[in-house]
Amino acid sequence: MNPELGRFALALACTIALAQTILPLAGAQRRDVRLMAAAPGLAIGQLLALAVSFGCLIYAAVTNDFSVANIAENSAVAKPLLYKITGVWGNHEGSVLLWALILAVCGAAVAGFGRNLPAALRARVIGILGGVAAGFELFCLITSDPFDRIWPAPMDGQGMNPLLQDPGLAFHPPILYTGYVGFAVPFAFAVAALIEGRVDATWGRWVRPWTVAAWCFLTCGIALGSWWSYYVLGWGGYWFWDPVENASLIPWLSGTALMHSAIVVEKRETLKIWTILLAIGTFSFSLSGTFLVRSGILNSVHAFANDPARGVFILGLLALVIGGSLTLFAWRAPILTTGGLFSPVSREGMLVLNNVLLCSICAVVLTGTMYPPFMSLLFGRTISVGKPFFDAATIPLAIPIFALMGIAPMVPWKRARIAPVLRHLWLASILALVAFAISFWGLSGVLPILSATLAVWIVASSATDIATRIALFRTSPSQSFRRLLALPRSAIGAAIAHAGVGVTVLGLAGMSQAQHKIVEIPIGQTEHLAGYDWTLTGVKTEPGPNYTALVASIEIRRNGHLVTVMHPSKRSFNTQNQTTTEVSIHTNLLADLYGVIGDSHGEGPAATYVLRLHWNPLAPWMWLGALVMAIGGVFSLSDRRIRIAAPRRYQADNATMETTR
Amino acid sequence: MSEISPSRRRFLMAIPLAGAGIAGVAFWKMLSGMSAGSFDPHDIHAPAAGRVIPDFDLPAQAPGEGFSSTDLRQQTKPVLINFFASWCIPCIAEMDALLSLKKEVEIWGIAYKDKPENAEGFITRAGNPYTRIASDREGRVAIDWGVSGVPESFLIAPGGHIIWHGAGGFDNGNTLNALKAVLAKVPA
Repeated sequence: MNPELGRFALALACTIALAQTILPLAGAQRRDVRLMAAAPGLAIGQLLALAVSFGCLIYAAVTNDFSVANIAENSAVAKPLLYKITGVWGNHEGSVLLWALILAVCGAAVAGFGRNLPAALRARVIGILGGVAAGFELFCLITSDPFDRIWPAPMDGQGMNPLLQDPGLAFHPPILYTGYVGFAVPFAFAVAALIEGRVDATWGRWVRPWTVAAWCFLTCGIALGSWWSYYVLGWGGYWFWDPVENASLIPWLSGTALMHSAIVVEKRETLKIWTILLAIGTFSFSLSGTFLVRSGILNSVHAFANDPARGVFILGLLALVIGGSLTLFAWRAPILTTGGLFSPVSREGMLVLNNVLLCSICAVVLTGTMYPPFMSLLFGRTISVGKPFFDAATIPLAIPIFALMGIAPMVPWKRARIAPVLRHLWLASILALVAFAISFWGLSGVLPILSATLAVWIVASSATDIATRIALFRTSPSQSFRRLLALPRSAIGAAIAHAGVGVTVLGLAGMSQAQHKIVEIPIGQTEHLAGYDWTLTGVKTEPGPNYTALVASIEIRRNGHLVTVMHPSKRSFNTQNQTTTEVSIHTNLLADLYGVIGDSHGEGPAATYVLRLHWNPLAPWMWLGALVMAIGGVFSLSDRRIRIAAPRRYQADNATMETTR
Repeated sequence: MSEISPSRRRFLMAIPLAGAGIAGVAFWKMLSGMSAGSFDPHDIHAPAAGRVIPDFDLPAQAPGEGFSSTDLRQQTKPVLINFFASWCIPCIAEMDALLSLKKEVEIWGIAYKDKPENAEGFITRAGNPYTRIASDREGRVAIDWGVSGVPESFLIAPGGHIIWHGAGGFDNGNTLNALKAVLAKVPA
C-alpha cells in the first residue's frame, strides 16, 4: 500500500507541476491576476506531494520492504539505519526523485521569499520551474519508477555498493544536487526576462542571491566529493578529471562567471544579454552533465546503471528545456537594450576579464570531457583525454585569474587607473614577494612556487581590500570597527570568498609536494617517509556489522616521539563479495599522514603486507578553502540590500516605467 | 555595441542554439548507436587492435632479457605484452592472474617509468610471469604504444600485429575472459 501511495503522490506532484506551469504563465501573458495568484499555492502543493512521495520511499527502505524493486536491489536487512535512509538517493531512481524534490523546494522558496517580486515575474519564474519539474517527474514515473514492485519479493535485499556506505558520500548527493538544481532559479529568471523582454538592474539584484546560494551548495558539493575520493578511494589523489567530476566543475565555472556578471547587470545595467546566456548555460550544463553521465555516454568510473532507452527520454527532456530556452534566447535576446559603456580598465572591465577567463576554462574542461565520445562518433577512433591535457590547458588560464583577483575588487567602476590601486596593495605585494622567497627556497617546481605566491597574494589583497575600505590604522580602531559594521555584507562576503580561493590554491601548492611510498613489509618492520618512522606493529581480523575487516596498526614516530597510531583497514563485504579500503588519516592541519593497507601475502609470522604511506602537506586546506568560499557566499547572502532594498527600489522604478514592451 | 546591425545581432544570438542543436544530434546518434551496439563509449582502447606494433629497442630489466620490436615480430606464437610498474597497486593485484595465464600464452613485460632496482624488487617479491622483461625508464615507448596507464596489456600476433588490447588488470574477470576469448581463436 505504501509504495502505491508514494507513486500516487508522485503522479499528483506531476499533475500539480503541470498546472503550475500552465496557469501562471497563461495568467502572466493575459495579465489575469487570479491565475498568477495561483502560482505560489501550486508550488507549495507540488512540494508537499513530492515530500510525501519521498517519505514513502524512505519508509519502504527503513521497513525493509523488499517487494519494492529499488529497495531490494539497493538495501539489505543488515545495512545500518543511516545508510538505509541515505541509500534511497544512492541509486538512479531515488536520485532522480531527490532531484525533483529539490527542484520543488526551489519553486516553493521562490513562492515564499519572492513575495516582493512583481506578480508577473514571480508567476513566470514559478511557472518555468514547474515546467522543468513536471518533465523530471514524468521521467521518474515513466522510465525510472522507484516504486516498482517485484514478485515474489525476496527475503533480503542485495545490499548496496559498500563504497557508498560512508557518511561523506551519504550527504554528498543532496548538497551537490541542491547546487545543480539551485541554478534552475537563475535559469527561470532568465527565461522569464526573455519572455518579458526586459532586463534591468533590479533583475540582476534578484538573480544574484539565488545564484550565490546555488553556487555555495555546488562549491560544498564538489569539495565534499573531492574529499570523499581522497579518503575513500585510497589513492591519495583528490581530483581525477573524471567525467563525473568535470560534470560538476563545468556548471561551477560558468556559475561563478554568472555570479560575477550579474554584479555588472545590477550596478551598471550592462552585460545583460551575456548574463542571460550564462544563466541559461549554467543550468543547461548542470542538467546535461548529470544526465549524460546517467545515459552512459560519458565514460566514468562512477558509472550509474546505463540504459540507452532512458537516455533517449533524458535527451528529449534536455532538448525541450535547453533547446526551448535557447530558441527563446535567439528570438528575444536581440530586442533587449544594451547598457552603458565603460573603459577597459574599470571594475566592469575586470569582471569581463573574469568572465572571459572563467568561460575559457569552462570551455577547456567541456572540450576535454566531450572530446572522446565525439571523436569516436565522427572518426570511429577514441582517445582518452586525461590529467596531462587538463593540467596543461587550465593552469595557464587559472593563473591570470588568481593574479587579477587581488586587484579587481579595488578597481573603481566606469573608468579607473591601475596605479592608485596597486599603491594600496603595497603590503600585499611585499607579502607575496616574501611568500615567493620562502617557497623558492622550500618548494620544488615552478608551478608550486607560483601557486604559493599567488595564494598569499590573494589572501593578503582580500584582507587589504577590507582594511582599505574601513580605513584601518588611518582612523581610530573604534571608527574602523564602525565602518566595518556599516560595510555592505556582500563586500565582506566577496573578500572572504576570494580569500577562500587563496586557501585552496595554497592547499594545492602544498599537495604538489606530497610524498608517498608503497612497501611490502612483515609485521615489526619500520619505514621512513617524510621525516617520520612508520612501523607496522600488528594486523588483525575484526568482524563488522556486514563485513569482516583486516585492520593494521601502524605506529608513527617522529624523532622517537609517538605521533599517532593509525588503523587502516580493508573490509570484505559479505553480501556483495566486494572489498573496500578504509584509509586512515591523521592530520594536524598542516599535513595529513595517510595510510592504506593492501593485499597480504603468505601466512603466519612470515606474512607480508602491502602498505601505501602518504605524507600530504596542506591537504586539508584545499577543502577548508572551499568551505571558506561558501561561508563568504553565505555572508554575502545576508546583505541588507538583497533582503530589503531591492524590492522597494523596483516598486519605485516600476511606477515610472512601462511594464512590458 | 551600437555598430552591430540587427541582422548580425540576430545571427549572434542564434549561435548558442545552433551549438546546442549540433550537440543534441550528436548525443542522439551516440544513444542510438549504443542501443544498436555500434557505438560503445567504454571501449576506449579498441582502436589499438589491428595496428602494427611501433618500432622500439629497450634495454633489459633484471632479472630478464630485454627485447626490441624486431624480436617481437619474429615470434611464431602470440605474445602478451604487459606494461607494469612497481608503484602500481593494480599491477600487484593482477600478478596471480598473470602467473596462471603464463601457462597459456608467453608474457613479455615492460617496466613502465620505474627505477630498475624497484622493478626488480617487485618481480622478486610478486613472482615472475615474464619470459623477457624490458625497461621503459622514461615511458617513451609506452607513448608509441598508446598506453594510458598501468597495468595495460597487448596481445601480439606473429608478424607484429596487435590483435587485442586491454586496459586494467587481469584480476578483473571481464578483461581475463576477453583475452581468453581472443586466444581461443588464434592458431597457437
